[in-house]
Amino acid sequence: MFSNLHYIGFGEGGWGWALLQGAGVTISIALATLPFGLALGLLIALMSRSDKAIVRWFATVYTTVFRGVPELLTLYIIYFGVQIVIQRLLEGIGIKGFSIPPFVAGMVALGIVLAAFSSEVWVGALNSIQKGQREAGAALGLGKAQVFRLIVFPQLIRVALPGLGNNWMVLLKETSLVSVITLQDIMFIAQRGSSNTKEPLLFFTAAALIYLAFSLISWWFFERLEKRSNRGFAAFGGQTR
Amino acid sequence: MSWCAYPGWYLASEVLERYGCRMATGLGITLQLVAISVSLGCIIGLGLALARLYGPRWVGGVVTGYTTFFRGTPLLCQLFLVYYGLGQLRPFWQDVGLWWFFREPYWCALFTFTINTAAYQCEVFRGAIQSIGKGQFEGAQALGLHRIATLRHVILPQAMIVALRPLGNELIVMIKSSSVASLVTLFDLMGATRLAFSRSFDLSIYLYAALIYLAMVEIIRRLWDVMERRLTRHVAVR
Repeated sequence: MFSNLHYIGFGEGGWGWALLQGAGVTISIALATLPFGLALGLLIALMSRSDKAIVRWFATVYTTVFRGVPELLTLYIIYFGVQIVIQRLLEGIGIKGFSIPPFVAGMVALGIVLAAFSSEVWVGALNSIQKGQREAGAALGLGKAQVFRLIVFPQLIRVALPGLGNNWMVLLKETSLVSVITLQDIMFIAQRGSSNTKEPLLFFTAAALIYLAFSLISWWFFERLEKRSNRGFAAFGGQTR
Repeated sequence: MSWCAYPGWYLASEVLERYGCRMATGLGITLQLVAISVSLGCIIGLGLALARLYGPRWVGGVVTGYTTFFRGTPLLCQLFLVYYGLGQLRPFWQDVGLWWFFREPYWCALFTFTINTAAYQCEVFRGAIQSIGKGQFEGAQALGLHRIATLRHVILPQAMIVALRPLGNELIVMIKSSSVASLVTLFDLMGATRLAFSRSFDLSIYLYAALIYLAMVEIIRRLWDVMERRLTRHVAVR
């Protein structure tokens, strides 16, 4: 293994740059999924608190389904299923040979799953905000949307942050699955490199270390973010509640 | 017609009827993988958590390194590292007589899942034990209980109640993540489904597989709710 370290180096015949590009793809798909998944998750969380039973029911079904089905399966269903549906539709108007870019399919699938998991975090955070806050907002003459945007949401972020940090860690690791729909992320490059050089131990160790580095950076980052978001609560020993 | 083709016949789904038996076998493999790895992982995880909390400092460091690595990298990457990576050391495994183990995707998946879930469960147990108030230790000590007796009779019974919910979540996560075993040519439920799709190009087979996974997760969730309610009967009514 160690006699062949040049395979993951940046010299001739080295896969260093390719691995870094793969790392770039992994980070981009994770970052692209995050806002979409979190926003959808917040929407689902708000739906689960709706006055209308049918809306609440939809939110329950959504979270139950996408938290219970393996991410890999969701990914396949989105990638192949949506592809088939769109192809049929387009063939109807005479366009042939359409295929979803794997990046988009991966983003949608991971985002849908992230939404299901983050909605639980959002619900918990929403419950932590006392009713008086909304009532005070209403008393000041703010509309429902304004109350949410100006009063509830800024407080929500602080409470939701630890949970959302967890969601991000899970998402980062789940991106490894998109290699099965031919997106060229770290896992894809590592697989290709190891089959070319017959050095799987080297390549998968390198891949694991890249993921580990991302995770450690994320842990550190979220720790700082949490500390920062709690700075207004220093009087209570930095406790969230 | 064997029993496993019956659901497909009943639902008038040709693909489910044809591949029903393979999927039933696959379901069995998934259940085996999850049941064995989570049970072994539970024992190892508890041991690691105790070592981390009460062992010497260097042991704590090693355990922290272990959990950080396995919680910081994707399961898929770990599985490939074991199956393809360690498989590369074939002459070595043959010398030590372990080649039969690292040759088989089944053993590799079982091994990877076990050490992965052990890392997660270690963290669950550590958190649960740390959540028990210091007064409990001191009270037990005042009663003259030995350290091991304190753990066994005072700390762990309380910690287990705290750990119950996260352990249930971990079991659910393992059921779902075990589907990556299909990527090392193992025909678990996901593997059988992939095979059926690649031969029939009938997408509905994925939806049936999703329903099976969903049913498993829901059963465990309900079971855990019942268990939790029963185990926390003595705690104040909420």
